Amino acid sequence: MKQLRHLMSPLDFSTAELDKLFNLAEDIEKNPDHYAHVCEGKKLATCFYEPSTRTRLSFEAAMLNLGGQVLGFSDANSSSAAKGESVSDTIRVISCFADICAMRHPKEGAPMVAASRSSIPVINAGDGGHQHPTQTLTDLLTIRAIKGRLNHFTIGLCGDLKFGRTVHSLINALVRYEDIHFIFISPEELTIPDYIIEMLREKNVSFCEVRKLEEVMPKLDILYMTRVQKERFFNEEDYVRLKDYYILDKEKMEAAKSDMIVLHPLPRVNEISVEVDDDPRAVYFRQVQYGVYVRMALLLTLLEIDVH
Amino acid sequence: MLNVGKIEEGFVLDHIKAGKSMSIYKHLGLDKLDCTVAIIKNARSGKMGKKDILKVECDIDTLNLDILGFIDHNITVNVIKNCEIVRKLPLSLPKEIKNVLRCKNPRCITSIEQELPHIFVLTDEKKEIYRCKYCEEKYGNKDKFKI
Repeated sequence: MKQLRHLMSPLDFSTAELDKLFNLAEDIEKNPDHYAHVCEGKKLATCFYEPSTRTRLSFEAAMLNLGGQVLGFSDANSSSAAKGESVSDTIRVISCFADICAMRHPKEGAPMVAASRSSIPVINAGDGGHQHPTQTLTDLLTIRAIKGRLNHFTIGLCGDLKFGRTVHSLINALVRYEDIHFIFISPEELTIPDYIIEMLREKNVSFCEVRKLEEVMPKLDILYMTRVQKERFFNEEDYVRLKDYYILDKEKMEAAKSDMIVLHPLPRVNEISVEVDDDPRAVYFRQVQYGVYVRMALLLTLLEIDVH
Repeated sequence: MLNVGKIEEGFVLDHIKAGKSMSIYKHLGLDKLDCTVAIIKNARSGKMGKKDILKVECDIDTLNLDILGFIDHNITVNVIKNCEIVRKLPLSLPKEIKNVLRCKNPRCITSIEQELPHIFVLTDEKKEIYRCKYCEEKYGNKDKFKI
């Protein structure tokens, strides 16, 4: 029996496979009509156990753009999880309804449990503070499409580097490329976890940690901003104290290189001032569009639909 | 000095850290086997001061001893056949351990799905680091001594 392919972590794909995926995504961007009906008759189940507008709608848009259909739920209360059903049982049921499933769950490892019991491909659409692989694929495609490469640059990651799963996934994905220098910009309380630091040291990847965004702006080729996420804190006081620690504004942007780009996984709260939105270097809304293209490419890849 | 008779076939686990034999008894699943087991606690040891010893009389192919490598790789495992030591088993860290540690991460799926096995994967052999298969929570040497 052929083994099903799932996506749990961005590292599930080799860099060669990622190249193929990004080539497909870029072809989809150039020739959307060519792909408009390739998933006719296919169904995507979006099983979202916690609220998410962006990721869920991006998955749904991706499937609709490919001519497929979508079904699913958008919070745990409207699913049988509210009645106490396990993820293992839910995915067995969903496997009877759909051809592929995108799952978001507040508990880390839930999509992996689903994948182990599923008869359809499962995509991890975010599991707690752990992984968010399709965001990473989105980030990589955005960098590749705009900068034209995935190597030889300095990237600053700013904000919540402790709980920010998008940051952890992006670092793990980028260390596989050549000559990447990381600058971690965070308050003391939200620094990058030690296991990532250990991994960077072992792989001999260049990095440094700073507290002030201003002092590193001129060095950056890419700035990846993140939001301090309320839902990751057990303590409201800590959240209030840290949420406005970094705000990217016009003044700080003046110190940046002319071809530096600003990415953000969104939603933004107030860590990027709206005045920055008009700056051509602010690419976070284009990033959302790339998210749809990369999810389209991913659906085609996991469903093994060869368009050509 | 307490004397326990020889065993025909099985294992003698020597140099167990004093007080740990019951934990090993449990993790080897000896309570579920119908075999003769002698647990010697706090035996005098020139090397360790005090030590525990476990003697298990069983078919040597029935017992999976991988977990010992995780609990304490200083344990000496003597394989007995015809009342004689036929070899000493080297202990190494198992690649995966199941239901020995419990994941302490409250955000892990194992915290709500009770039937899931708690599986830890060896991710760094040098530093003896295991990570939860589901959430990648780290477990090191400190956690090992709690079991």
